[in-house]
Amino acid sequence: MRTALALALSLALFGCGKPADPGKGGAQVGLVFDVGGRGDKSFNDAAYRGLEKAQKDLAIKFEYIEPAQGSSDREAYLRRLAEQGTPLVFGIGFMFTESINAVAKDFAGQKFACIDYDVRPDTKIPPNVSAIRFKEEEGSFLVGVVAGLATKTKKVGFVGGMDIPLIHKFLAGYQAGVKAANPECEVIANFAGVTPDAFKDPVKGKQLANSQYGAGADIIFHASGSTGNGVFEAAKELNKQAGTVQHFVIGVDSDQWEEGGHVLTSMIKSVDVAVFEVIRDHKDGRFAAGIHTFGLKENGVGYVRDERNKALVTDAIVARVDEYRQEIVQGKRTVPEK
Amino acid sequence: MSALFTLETAAGTLNAAAPLILAALAGVVCERSGVVNIALEGIMLCAAFTGVAVTHALSPAGAAHASAWAPWAGVAAAAAAAVAVALLHGVVSIHVRANQIISGVAINILAVGLTQFLCYLVFKSSSNSAVVASLPRWGAGAFRYSPLVWFAFAAIPLVHLLLYRTVFGLRLRAVGEHPTAADTLGIRPVRVRYAAVALSGALAGLGGAALASDVSQFVQNMTAGRGYIALAAMIFGKWTPCGAAAACFLFAFADNAQIALQEKIPPQFAQSIPYLLTILVLAGFVGKARAPEALGKPYAKTD
Repeated sequence: MRTALALALSLALFGCGKPADPGKGGAQVGLVFDVGGRGDKSFNDAAYRGLEKAQKDLAIKFEYIEPAQGSSDREAYLRRLAEQGTPLVFGIGFMFTESINAVAKDFAGQKFACIDYDVRPDTKIPPNVSAIRFKEEEGSFLVGVVAGLATKTKKVGFVGGMDIPLIHKFLAGYQAGVKAANPECEVIANFAGVTPDAFKDPVKGKQLANSQYGAGADIIFHASGSTGNGVFEAAKELNKQAGTVQHFVIGVDSDQWEEGGHVLTSMIKSVDVAVFEVIRDHKDGRFAAGIHTFGLKENGVGYVRDERNKALVTDAIVARVDEYRQEIVQGKRTVPEK
Repeated sequence: MSALFTLETAAGTLNAAAPLILAALAGVVCERSGVVNIALEGIMLCAAFTGVAVTHALSPAGAAHASAWAPWAGVAAAAAAAVAVALLHGVVSIHVRANQIISGVAINILAVGLTQFLCYLVFKSSSNSAVVASLPRWGAGAFRYSPLVWFAFAAIPLVHLLLYRTVFGLRLRAVGEHPTAADTLGIRPVRVRYAAVALSGALAGLGGAALASDVSQFVQNMTAGRGYIALAAMIFGKWTPCGAAAACFLFAFADNAQIALQEKIPPQFAQSIPYLLTILVLAGFVGKARAPEALGKPYAKTD
């Protein structure tokens, strides 16, 4: 009897999903987060900033849902938002590709947008879907150049989340950047896992970072969602122990400076700008379906260099990075994707 | 191969082993008394969340300005919450005499949903908590760990002594083998089992706290199956503290060794090594593992 009660209670908790902001229905924009969810300080939080900006600047009401464990419920959540009549629904992350296609077909009168939409040769994008893609390899190339020039040990690391082509784009760009700036520098690369949960495993992130720092790397670029929180934690502890800052992290997607004084720079992926612009265009009746790609040229990716980290990323480094940026923007240099 | 036996691998192995050891010891204590404890996973998860939430609540000025005792209070709260959840399992399996597997599974499912829900209430995210103040790190060189990691190692001989060198330990094992016989000798099986379940909860709770204190935050379902791995380690170790701990070290080593192997062999395979190893060892090398005779059987006094 009591077990039945416990089971029923737990099912009820599972079933009800996460509370949503603000108020059910009536929202003009709905959004389902990727694995890692709000508070990952990276990919998902960038999307959330886009929502917040839309709320402020465009007076848009939004509603969001965080996926449950394993995020296999993402299609159900998209469908729920669509069924409520939400005019514009976002799926954040490549894993939404199939689900967005399916739901968009069933709700042809509403609009959908997918960040990191996975374009395959055989995919036909529904006419009401905006597929947003970034050239992560270009932004990663720039932070690779920064790492290659800033390293003192001639060894740098890379911690990826799930082992998939998308994350290999980050790695390939980073490796190319490091090698371009510093041909002798070695890149140690590890992935946290082969399932979506690899994007939310800071314990594994810390383990990988400790292993790479231990092997002599002094800078680690992570592209791993909240798994990266473990990378920051590892750097923080090692620096505290050494009494000086010798171990650096390069953040991803958002400016992750807040994580502590050991953040060299961050590879920015303007998910916030993309989310905001899709909402704005939709509001103005200019919603554009199809593939939209944001690279260095479109300012969709980049790296952070401001007052706060200028002591770490020197003017000399910036000058070199700018040279490469010019080459890429002008099409003189192509950055590998894998 | 030499890359497998580096200082970092050793340091990482010990760190990864600690939460597993505490959970496996919790399993040994509980199951030797005759109560199946599948709920370890859920207990660890509840404890991990409670520890982080309490530390957070006690540092209103932010993690950087938290008082030194806030994380310690978090550990105490984690253990207390774990005991409470374990006692829930105890009531269901000892008092109500329901199926212990079902009770454990229900607690595990409940824990995932409940911690996610509470995380949303406290941190406005069902996925991640804020980063909270962390426990100090003790040790030297690459081997600097949270005190809970050191406690995990100390707990191995302590639980061994408790089970094999104390009156309570003798009674606990007797109740797990033949509660009726123990009862006729004046031992109260129900009481002993409640005590074992509570102690088991405290140990598993410290395991959950160790996990959370490693990264100073809570993440949705952060135990990621460690409670189940601990159960496998317990069986692998034939329900003895030292055997179970050895199994945890082996598993943690495999988990860290795969990092070094990742670049050399396909990652899907590398990451399955710890699990393959567990299956191989369980199937091939352990020999016959004998569970406590009265394991999983609720005790009802017959006149």
